Amino acid sequence: MSDATLHAPAVSADTPSRRPPITVVGPVAWARASLFSSWLSTAVTLALAYLLARWIIGFVDWAFINAIWSVPVNAQGAQTQACRALQGAGACWAVITEKHRFILFGTYPYDEHWRPLVCVFLFIGLYIVSAMRRFWRKELALIWAGVLFLIGFLMWGGALGMPYVPQERWGGLVITLILSTFGIAFAFPLAVLVALGRRSRMPAIKMLCVVYVELIRGVPLISLLFMASVMFPLFLPEGMNIDKLLRAQVAIILFAAAYLAEVVRGGLQALSRGQYEAADALGLSYWQKTLFIILPQALRLVIPPLVNTFIGMFKDTSLVLIIGIFDLLTAGKTAIVEPAWQGFGIEVYVFVGIIYFIFCFAMSRYSQGLERGLNQHRVR
Amino acid sequence: MSDTAADPRLLRAPPKRGLRLSWADERFRAIIWQVLIVGVVAGVIWWLVGNTRHNLEVRRIATGFGFLTREAGLPIAESLVPYTPASTYARALLVGVLNTLKVAVIGVVLATVLGTLIGIARLSKNWLLSRIAATYIEVIRDLPLLLQLLFWYTLMQTLPGPRQAMHPVEGVFLSNRGLRLPWIQWEDAHSFALLGMVVGIIAAVVYGRSARAKQMQDGQPRKIWPAAVGLIVGLPLVIWAAWGAPFQGDIPALRGFNFQGGMSISPEYFALLAGLVTYTAGFIAEIVRAGIQAVPGGQWEASEALGLQRGKIMRLVVLPQALRVIIPPMTSQYLNLTKNSSLAVAIGYQDIVSIANTTLNQTGQAIEGIAIIMGVYLTISLSISLFMNWYNSRIALVER
Amino acid sequence: MKPTRLATLRATTIRALGAVALVTAAAMPALAQQAAPASGADTLGAIRARGALICGVNTGLAGFAQPNSQGAWQGFDVDYCRAVAVAIFNDPTKVRYVPLTAQNRFTALQSGEVDMAARNTTVTLSRDTSLGFDFPAINFYDGQGFMVKASLGVKSAKELNGATICVQPGTTTEQNLTDWARANSIQFTPVVIERVEEVVGAYAAGRCDAYTTDVSGLAATRSAQPNPADHVILPEVISKEPLGPFVRQGDPRFADIVRWTHNALLTAEELNITTANVDQAVAGDARPEAQRLLGKNGGLGQMLGLDNAWAANIVKKIGNYGEIFERNLAPIGIQRGPNAQWTNGGLQFSPPFR
Repeated sequence: MSDATLHAPAVSADTPSRRPPITVVGPVAWARASLFSSWLSTAVTLALAYLLARWIIGFVDWAFINAIWSVPVNAQGAQTQACRALQGAGACWAVITEKHRFILFGTYPYDEHWRPLVCVFLFIGLYIVSAMRRFWRKELALIWAGVLFLIGFLMWGGALGMPYVPQERWGGLVITLILSTFGIAFAFPLAVLVALGRRSRMPAIKMLCVVYVELIRGVPLISLLFMASVMFPLFLPEGMNIDKLLRAQVAIILFAAAYLAEVVRGGLQALSRGQYEAADALGLSYWQKTLFIILPQALRLVIPPLVNTFIGMFKDTSLVLIIGIFDLLTAGKTAIVEPAWQGFGIEVYVFVGIIYFIFCFAMSRYSQGLERGLNQHRVR
Repeated sequence: MSDTAADPRLLRAPPKRGLRLSWADERFRAIIWQVLIVGVVAGVIWWLVGNTRHNLEVRRIATGFGFLTREAGLPIAESLVPYTPASTYARALLVGVLNTLKVAVIGVVLATVLGTLIGIARLSKNWLLSRIAATYIEVIRDLPLLLQLLFWYTLMQTLPGPRQAMHPVEGVFLSNRGLRLPWIQWEDAHSFALLGMVVGIIAAVVYGRSARAKQMQDGQPRKIWPAAVGLIVGLPLVIWAAWGAPFQGDIPALRGFNFQGGMSISPEYFALLAGLVTYTAGFIAEIVRAGIQAVPGGQWEASEALGLQRGKIMRLVVLPQALRVIIPPMTSQYLNLTKNSSLAVAIGYQDIVSIANTTLNQTGQAIEGIAIIMGVYLTISLSISLFMNWYNSRIALVER
Repeated sequence: MKPTRLATLRATTIRALGAVALVTAAAMPALAQQAAPASGADTLGAIRARGALICGVNTGLAGFAQPNSQGAWQGFDVDYCRAVAVAIFNDPTKVRYVPLTAQNRFTALQSGEVDMAARNTTVTLSRDTSLGFDFPAINFYDGQGFMVKASLGVKSAKELNGATICVQPGTTTEQNLTDWARANSIQFTPVVIERVEEVVGAYAAGRCDAYTTDVSGLAATRSAQPNPADHVILPEVISKEPLGPFVRQGDPRFADIVRWTHNALLTAEELNITTANVDQAVAGDARPEAQRLLGKNGGLGQMLGLDNAWAANIVKKIGNYGEIFERNLAPIGIQRGPNAQWTNGGLQFSPPFR
């Protein structure tokens, strides 16, 4: 101790500064504070850790250790006896190995699968471009129009050496993407009009918009799809008829527009009155005011809920299963109709679920990040 | 703002002037626009109706609801009211509506409870608990509900058959035929006792209000719970005893192919309920979390400074404020749950969509069938909206 | 805001809106192009003009219609679509398949979304008349039966009192079941599931004691089980289920083509003409009926508005009835039974080709 007093200034410079006790910082302290802070907390941690470990071990056993990845396929079809012998102790991923192209692309001609594959990547690219703030300009609409046009061209073909593929052969993931993306793309302008109409001072137009929004939001999507599937052909004049996929698409657009309209209305309401008054003071007409002052601000405000609505639409397109359109989920279910593969539903659901999850998770993460970014000014 | 409002010159209405038949007049333009748009919409509807009438005529499809009184001939597995295949379509559809309500009402209650628990777990200081809750919320919200329902139903089918049923407690059987629980043999006395309980609850609420009103006047707190217990529990018991206190247990037992007796929960109902509850709970958890976080920490500190206990702070200060944030999105979740129950058709629970669908198939009455489905859901949706709006306005901030 | 900036903004907006409108306009004709005539018009002409037959099939039923791993449609009903396409175009690939659910199959045909439907549909009086269809042929005679697990020890459907029975809704099957149960005073709990793979899954998992559908479907389900011997198809057949392709009423010419396509398949089998030997038969089969069938004389094809070699083409590209049956239904365990040729004691009988 006396040494220390003698060389006090030198020592403090040479010896490394002492770490704080491990009970204050570091992993131990963290664990104490966030896992074992009280008796109750400790009990909860232990119980959860036990259950989690058991579940993970069971899952790894099922999904990897005991799993079968492929089975022989001969002229009589797939020989799935090995999978059946597992009796559920392990996953039969062979069904995915054998059927993944059918699940992803449905009944699209086998040799032309690259076309829907390119379309899937185009869709993903479109999402990524739309997600970047530097592209949030009016030109984005042009990009959307161009890409959607290109996707339609690729899917139908009929030129540049690509054989024509009628839309009843389209299927799988690309249908899910088409229904949700085209659904939003066409619902969006309609939704903006309806939202403006609902805030309009003209009573008849306001009434129409209110009735439309409340009517659609009051019924399940299934009933609209049934309507599209069974009733819609009765609405058209004799001899004219519209493809099943387009009918479902129309139902989804009408459905999405009602929900989007409410989102947009939220943005319009959130805008301060001063913006409207200032625009009026400048002597702008209604459409000038709306297009150049109100909408650009209001739409920016509603981008996070917009993304959430899109996630909802993306998931809801799976309902077309009920009217027999081959989207991702329907293709997955149809893949296990073949007698050899009956009974391997869980594997297919897991596969399909992972695809849905990847898309939705990416979008929801993005929406959360965006919300934080847009709310930055509010955070102290 | 109050200064300008007080200025009488600014309170004057703009001078009235007559409508000019000119494009420059805003009101004239508005009228033209409205006439135009309403005209277009009416025209499209008229065209569609015309086409439909023509098509129905050409295809010789009879319209009208006359089929409702015809014999349905469709089998229904579970029903809250007596039903046989010899009953009418109207009755079959009623069974469907009741089945929808059964899953919606119980689903809303359970989803609220589960969602609140998960929302609180998400805010827990325990890292593991909070992470698991967060993962649950993320995963559940990112998968289509239909996929989850199919998954639950497949899971229900992996349970053992009735002869190897799981049998944890006497009288309780869990098998792929569902869950069987002991129940009592229902008699009139039970119905009256149930009625008594409803009356008791209403009386207890009325009593509680009057006690509160008195407290407001003289500041004297009154104990409400003894009278409430007496009314809610005592009254039905007295009625039950007055009818001779019948109590006959109904224990399920394996007879023939299936279990007989007791109360049964079918796998279809269970899978639908489980899917809806776990899915909706993921959304409710986020709403509850956001609601609680929306109450500023200062409220806690201020209440503590006033010397309130923790429970009372939660109940009297934090929750009422959080509820204002929670109620509107919660309403839309309840509506979503109800509408999502229509997915029952995919897993074989016979709700209104499933039964109307079959009816439509057997009779060819597509328009009527879909109109019934839409009508039922619109009625339910509007009822929930109205109730929640009423509740919301009740708890809203009273601003002076 | 300066007017120039306003003008550019407006121009961009208008261009963007224009592009969206362009895409819509470009997409609409492609989507709505397949308009086929509704009742009473010339279906054959429309098919020829379009260059493809549009055929409604099941969304997925093993043996009858299901897409394989490559996404190509296969099955008994699908082969009928292909046979009609060969009769018209001499090309089995000129078919577009539209999967139809039990619910929208009738609307789809009524509205002209499909030209014909081969979707294992039971011929009934009301469908033939008030729904406005024609059933030109019965390509599969079926009946409704029950299948149970062998371990239950049930020998007759009459013993099913109190059982849980799996059934698909919205079909004649469901109504037959309730009729039969009432006639025999049998109480049962239904499990009603729309999609076939779900209902089969439910039965296989033991959710139901019995599964009821057409006997062919039962046989197919049974053979698909890991151990078919564990399942018994009960002897009772509670209904008649004649299945056949159907077309819109009011176009007898197209109905004739479907009818005689079926008859050609049957006659080819009766005459022992197969894919393998049809070329030889065309070259040198001396039997008069074979000559008429294969278009060597008689000019029967022209009477139908087709090429005279239509039947020879069908047999060459698709096979005869027996070959179609062997290819699609035998592997899933369905016997010829009532669908044998009348010469073998079955019900399949073709009127003469003359």
